Amino acid sequence: MPKVTIDDIPIEVPEGTTILQAARMIGGDIVPPAMCYYSKLKTSGGYCRTCIVKVEQGSEKDPRPMPKPVASCRTTVMDGMVVRNITSVENLEARAGVVEFLLLNHPLDCPVCDQAGECDLQDLGYGHGAQETRNDFPRREFEPIDIGDKIKLHMNRCILCYRCVKVADQLTDGRCHGVLNRGEASEISTYIEKAIDNDFSGNVIDVCPVGALTDKTFRFKSRVWYTNPIDAHRDCPTCCGKVRLWNQGEEVLRVTARKDQWGEVQDNEDGSPAWICNTCRFEKKHINDWVIEGPSKISRHSVISANHYENALRNIKADTLKMMGAKPHGVKVELGTGALDPNNNK
Amino acid sequence: MGKKLLLKNDHIPGINTLEVYRANGGYSVLEKALKTMSPDAIVEEVKKSGLRGRGGAGFPTGLKWSFLARPEGVPRYVVCNADESEPGTFKDRYLMERIPHLLVEGMIASSFALGARTSYIYIRGEYFYIARILEQAIDEAYKAGLLGKNIFGSGFDHDLYVHVGAGAYICGEETALLESLEGKRGNPRIKPPFPAVAGLYGCPTVVNNVETIAAVIPILEMGGEEYAKIGIGKSTGTKLISASGHINKPGVYEIELGLPVEEFIYSQEYCGGIKGGRKLKAVVAGGSSVPVLPADLILKTAGGEPRLMSYESLGEGGFATGTMLGSGGFIVMDEDTSIVKNLYTFARFYHHESCGQCSPCREGTGWMERILHKILDGHGTLKDIDLLWDIQSKIEGKTICPLGEAAAWPVAAAIRHFRSEFEEYVTHPERIRDIKHYYRLNASGVTAG
Ligand SMILES: Cc1cc2nc3c(=O)[nH]c(=O)nc-3n(C[C@H](O)[C@H](O)[C@H](O)COP(=O)(O)O)c2cc1C
Ligand code: SF4
Ligand code: SF4
Ligand code: FES
Repeated sequence: MPKVTIDDIPIEVPEGTTILQAARMIGGDIVPPAMCYYSKLKTSGGYCRTCIVKVEQGSEKDPRPMPKPVASCRTTVMDGMVVRNITSVENLEARAGVVEFLLLNHPLDCPVCDQAGECDLQDLGYGHGAQETRNDFPRREFEPIDIGDKIKLHMNRCILCYRCVKVADQLTDGRCHGVLNRGEASEISTYIEKAIDNDFSGNVIDVCPVGALTDKTFRFKSRVWYTNPIDAHRDCPTCCGKVRLWNQGEEVLRVTARKDQWGEVQDNEDGSPAWICNTCRFEKKHINDWVIEGPSKISRHSVISANHYENALRNIKADTLKMMGAKPHGVKVELGTGALDPNNNK
Repeated sequence: MGKKLLLKNDHIPGINTLEVYRANGGYSVLEKALKTMSPDAIVEEVKKSGLRGRGGAGFPTGLKWSFLARPEGVPRYVVCNADESEPGTFKDRYLMERIPHLLVEGMIASSFALGARTSYIYIRGEYFYIARILEQAIDEAYKAGLLGKNIFGSGFDHDLYVHVGAGAYICGEETALLESLEGKRGNPRIKPPFPAVAGLYGCPTVVNNVETIAAVIPILEMGGEEYAKIGIGKSTGTKLISASGHINKPGVYEIELGLPVEEFIYSQEYCGGIKGGRKLKAVVAGGSSVPVLPADLILKTAGGEPRLMSYESLGEGGFATGTMLGSGGFIVMDEDTSIVKNLYTFARFYHHESCGQCSPCREGTGWMERILHKILDGHGTLKDIDLLWDIQSKIEGKTICPLGEAAAWPVAAAIRHFRSEFEEYVTHPERIRDIKHYYRLNASGVTAG
């Protein structure tokens, strides 16, 4: 089995493992953020570039460093590979650049966005972004459109991660949902605003890392942090029926798939992804429709997680230590030319 | 006169027809190759020739061919990249328009060498009239038994198709080209796998530039070793240069690699000097994506050696003082040219042509264009120059395909060598708004470098 070292932590992983997967096996702060990769969707990843890492040594056989940062989600490890993520200031600066690009045309309309509080871009901006924008030009604008009667698309918020395109390609039949136009003018759309007519189309909402695709049946009902996530199931003829209810008291405001610590849909016992059907998601909004299992365990570092502020505090402490040149938990901090801005350095 | 291998017959009337082409020795190289050589022997000759890809990257063609995977029972493809969209490059157009049969002959020979039963020429949409010329040549070849079954009685069968793109620069990137050829959106693929392993329809594929494929014929005619004697060092053979800009004789020239840049610009055989006897200001030597160099650095290297038209000499000094041969799009700018305006034109192009898959290129190219527009309009600040520098550095190396670099390098080079000109724009907006300045930069006292 190939052995790879990520931020000075060695791990042996099965042949064919990507750097990102290897980092997730180690866990903790050294895991690169991934905005477009989604382990449950074939050919995902490689687009957003937030997961870039520096490969200091290619392999045991060929120890040369890789000339450019690589997308950790699409680069498989080689035996003897040495990777730097948070222990390379250069890499953190490059990532801060990517985050700036992702936010460049983003409307920053969190106050009116249903995704706020569970948005990967919010988390990313909080962890890696700068305080202020350097973009003084008008931002790109699109009109919101309906993808069928249950899904709303706010293209302004889209980061073109292609996850929904892969869902449409791999979970639903027919190729009617994709990217129109090119470059900066690219937009997600269905062909002539047609609904994706399929039982599993609602999963595009769950894979969307931002508030571009949202559930119209939940629109403006509540901020997500005022809801209680509860795991529940029902005997569904179409899907696994295992869902997460987002309740206010007895009232079911929203139904989603269950997500794991990486923000991805959890697996069923047989290892297949636990995607849910549109009936479970949009039609079963009564508590009696469900067998309640209990409160959901949410492990993401987001505002919906109870210990969020504690985590933030711990991170700031670690940042301060790093800035002072101390080496918490034996992690080597490589000093580069750039400033160690705590905002770029989480 | 320099040696001519590709364009030696381009002046002959009717050379675009099979009859005249054959009367001048056309297809005799192919006949000899099919009848007397093994496919591997052809690959060997191409290796010996030292031929390097003429599409921009200069990768050794023989080596690329030897990487082609050859699994049992899986077809292999040869694809000719005729997307030629890099601003300043128009040599493939000339070659295909004048001598279409040279490309067809090259395609058959290359396909025989690589064991491809089918090959494609992917041509940009704007060249639709050349697609017709090629199709006519292919028709003639089929009728004469040069394509189809059992060519020259060798037992080798081959079909050649022309596929017209819709006119997107990004479809010149080889994996975007393959996507487009498969009928999909022209987005570059994430590599690996490389086309040599999984290319067209997932099968092993070689993608080569028009000029690269055409050069196979003279190589087989004279032998790889003889070909390698032309040129200088690892820059062997001849190269087509598309010369444009403020020169007396713009056009496509075939040069022997190693020709001094100064001779290329000033001799009557080639560019014939700068128009109107004005002074040379700068040159973009290899198509719009390579770094611009000021006059002193394009004529001589930083070490004072004469700069030559070769991969190595143009690259000498790295990007600090050197550039690249690229695709051979040689754009000459005289003393009255505004580098800022020129850069804006390039930036606008890359912004327009980004496929939009990866965030740094999608967002960064538009941002750079807008900042340059602001500077050009006299609303820029000194901070904007630093911001431009920072943006290009954050795009470079962080993208899926090299279009990101193609957009970043010109910005970096213009600021590196002509920073004072950008400063002039932001500190003296009144001068740029002056109509005289608009036409003659020197009227405001701006000097190069
Ligand atoms: C954005 C972009 C555009 C390109 N356009 C062309 C082109 O128009 N023609 C071409 O031959 N190569 C082009 N290339 C290079 C091709 O990807 C590929 O390297 C080339 O076709 C290989 O052929 P060669 O080895 O014969 O040069 C382009 C590359 C990039 C990144
Ligand atoms: S709509 Fe959401 S899932 Fe689809 S590409 Fe945009 S950000 Fe990604
Ligand atoms: S660098 Fe630009 S053109 Fe190339 S894949 Fe990325 S977005 Fe597309
Ligand atoms: S997560 Fe790897 S490039 Fe987006």
